[in-house]
Amino acid sequence: MDFNDTPQEAAFRTEVRAWLATHAPAHVIPAGEMMDDSEEVQRGKAWQRCVYDGGYAGITLPIELGGRGGSVIEAVVFAEEESKYLLPKGPYIGIGLSMAIAVIAKHGNEAQRDKFIEATLKGDLTWCQLFSEPSAGSDLANVRTKAVQDGNTSWIVNGQKVWSSWAHRSDWGILVVRTDPTVPKHKGMTFFVVDMKSPGVDIRPIRQISGASDFNETFLTDVRIPDENRIGEPGDGWACCMTVLMGERLASGSHKSMVAPLFDYAAATPGTNGGTALDSGSTRLALAQAYAEEQASRWFEARLRTMVSRGENPGALAGMVKLAYATRLQKASGLALELRGLDAMAPAHGDAQTRDIQYDYIWSTAMRIAGGADEVLKNQIAERVLGMPGDVRMDKNVPFQDLK
Amino acid sequence: MNFDLSDEQKMLGEQARGLLSERSPYDHLRGLIDAKAEWDEPLWRELGDMGFLGAMVPEEYGGLSMGALDLGVIAQELGRNNAAVPFFSSIVLCAEAIRLAGNDAQKAQWLPKLASGEAVGCFAYAEGPGPVFATGATFADGRLSGMKSPVADGGIANIAVVLVQGGALALVELDQPGVTRTKFDSFDQLRAHYRIDFADAVAEMMPGESLLEQLIDRAAVQAAFESVGAAEACLNMARDYAMDRQMFGRPLASYQAIKHKLADLAVAVELARSNAFYAGWASQEAPALLPSAAASARLSALAAFEMGARENLQVHGGVGYTQEANCHFYYRRERLNAVALGNRDYWADRLIKNLPTEQAEAA
Repeated sequence: MDFNDTPQEAAFRTEVRAWLATHAPAHVIPAGEMMDDSEEVQRGKAWQRCVYDGGYAGITLPIELGGRGGSVIEAVVFAEEESKYLLPKGPYIGIGLSMAIAVIAKHGNEAQRDKFIEATLKGDLTWCQLFSEPSAGSDLANVRTKAVQDGNTSWIVNGQKVWSSWAHRSDWGILVVRTDPTVPKHKGMTFFVVDMKSPGVDIRPIRQISGASDFNETFLTDVRIPDENRIGEPGDGWACCMTVLMGERLASGSHKSMVAPLFDYAAATPGTNGGTALDSGSTRLALAQAYAEEQASRWFEARLRTMVSRGENPGALAGMVKLAYATRLQKASGLALELRGLDAMAPAHGDAQTRDIQYDYIWSTAMRIAGGADEVLKNQIAERVLGMPGDVRMDKNVPFQDLK
Repeated sequence: MNFDLSDEQKMLGEQARGLLSERSPYDHLRGLIDAKAEWDEPLWRELGDMGFLGAMVPEEYGGLSMGALDLGVIAQELGRNNAAVPFFSSIVLCAEAIRLAGNDAQKAQWLPKLASGEAVGCFAYAEGPGPVFATGATFADGRLSGMKSPVADGGIANIAVVLVQGGALALVELDQPGVTRTKFDSFDQLRAHYRIDFADAVAEMMPGESLLEQLIDRAAVQAAFESVGAAEACLNMARDYAMDRQMFGRPLASYQAIKHKLADLAVAVELARSNAFYAGWASQEAPALLPSAAASARLSALAAFEMGARENLQVHGGVGYTQEANCHFYYRRERLNAVALGNRDYWADRLIKNLPTEQAEAA
């Protein structure tokens, strides 16, 4: 076991650090600086362009596709170093890099690769994901948005997508729709990329329980998509989705502890029997366990990266990271509010930390659902890691149109 | 970065696993309990002959000079198997204490015998109910007095490292008039515990007085590996049983109530293993990070083993409550591991007092 960089990795890290030191500071958004969505996206695009010009965009993408042709570990090193700066790197950049490029590279044709990959690496194109629907969340293959072929050159799409992050600021969307309701549901889906400025695309913000509107619902009404924007063959939509969803993992490079600041928070809060809240045995134990688990997750990710760097596929093991994280975020932030006392429910103006913890507690509910709900991930772990049987299914081999 | 065991370490683990599954299957453990055996002496000799006991003992004292991760691989297999051997007492605690704190003569006298398995050592720290690192025993003028209880493997041990006043460590041979050993009924039926009374017993002080915390941290890493192995055994046993058992016309393993329970356990095991790996690495390569890494590993491993021991028995249903099933070995061992070397409160406290700064981690 060697937890340190290899000489090659160390050399790459040194190179990246030097490059970031020169280029990143101009793009940093200081904590607390507020700006509107479109400004944030513009800054995100500018930083991505800078990364591209530096030769660090698409580190693991093959050179012939416009990437760097580097290793997973190099991508991890870059992400770790990059995360030391507060840079504009939201979903508006991430969806394109980790999802759109992955699916186009694997399932797209040459013209599609030429058109989209380099432009996305440069930050010229931003993307949103149009997968989930009101009745297709965990059961994604239940999508009802349908596309009907109009001659040989285009498709007409009708339906509704939800939870499309940043759709209102995206240039393009990756879209999965139903094209054949006469076959079982996984077989009748087709994948497209859609220009978000197409007529008939109507994006409405979702009012979330946090008060923010990070997500949208996207209504598609007679949206015409040229056949050249179909990714893969008709009926291959599910395979394309799997490519996208597999690429969702192992993306994070930041090791900022969520739990560590809570020790100071507890120590700054008066305790039940005098002293501080951090003198309470139950608080100490709960926080220490959360911290230990957070550390474990970090080293577990290191194990997964080691697997990937050897060409092994961690598969459903990767889902453990998010599963543990979301529950831990909810528990730890919930505990922090509790140890703070009633004050946590109405903190003084200027108490930004309590506001942040409140937000974490709200946001954790979304984390437990998005990107594979807890229950879906547990099924995947049980079936693919432990080899337990799949659930009894009522929709197998039934044509989609005959399902309830 | 290569955050995995080496091929050699994996092979070492497989060797240990092969030997233990052959020599110490569950029926053998049941037989030891029925025979009220103190320990599995033949297995201990064999472990010594194969070099497992001397893994971390320096070569100059008859060991293999291997590292904490190598020993951890062995500890993990012993935990998985639940073998009735005093590995933790004799190797992880006693031999390590002498290696860290002993003088040259003490090392030369005892390490070769401990490494070969010829002698057995134990570590006497608790003094009745309450915090386990108790320091009521006294040492003066080469004589040790006081009571230590309970002491794991105290009946078969030739020597004890004894925690005394001021946090110092004394070395004492147990076969002498000043030492009285009283056997208890031990909750873990495969690990005998004793009360040891010292009345002006002849003893030696070990010179490395400030090494107690380092010893405990290093032992906690090994305990974490042991618990990870045991927790994984519980996971696999529960999975195998659920796959086989039919309920309402389908395998028990096909119910989400069972799948999700075992998925949670699988997550706990992998997280605990990751912390154990890191703490093993820190034992060797980053001593400044060891206190927090050891505490994290300890807390994660106890959480995984607790869940494993309890839910494995639960998945088995009524059969799990029988001596013929194998769940009870782990159910009892888990409580022992939960308190030996300090409970969760102790380690939470130790973690909070040793949280690493970002600078320490970057170094």
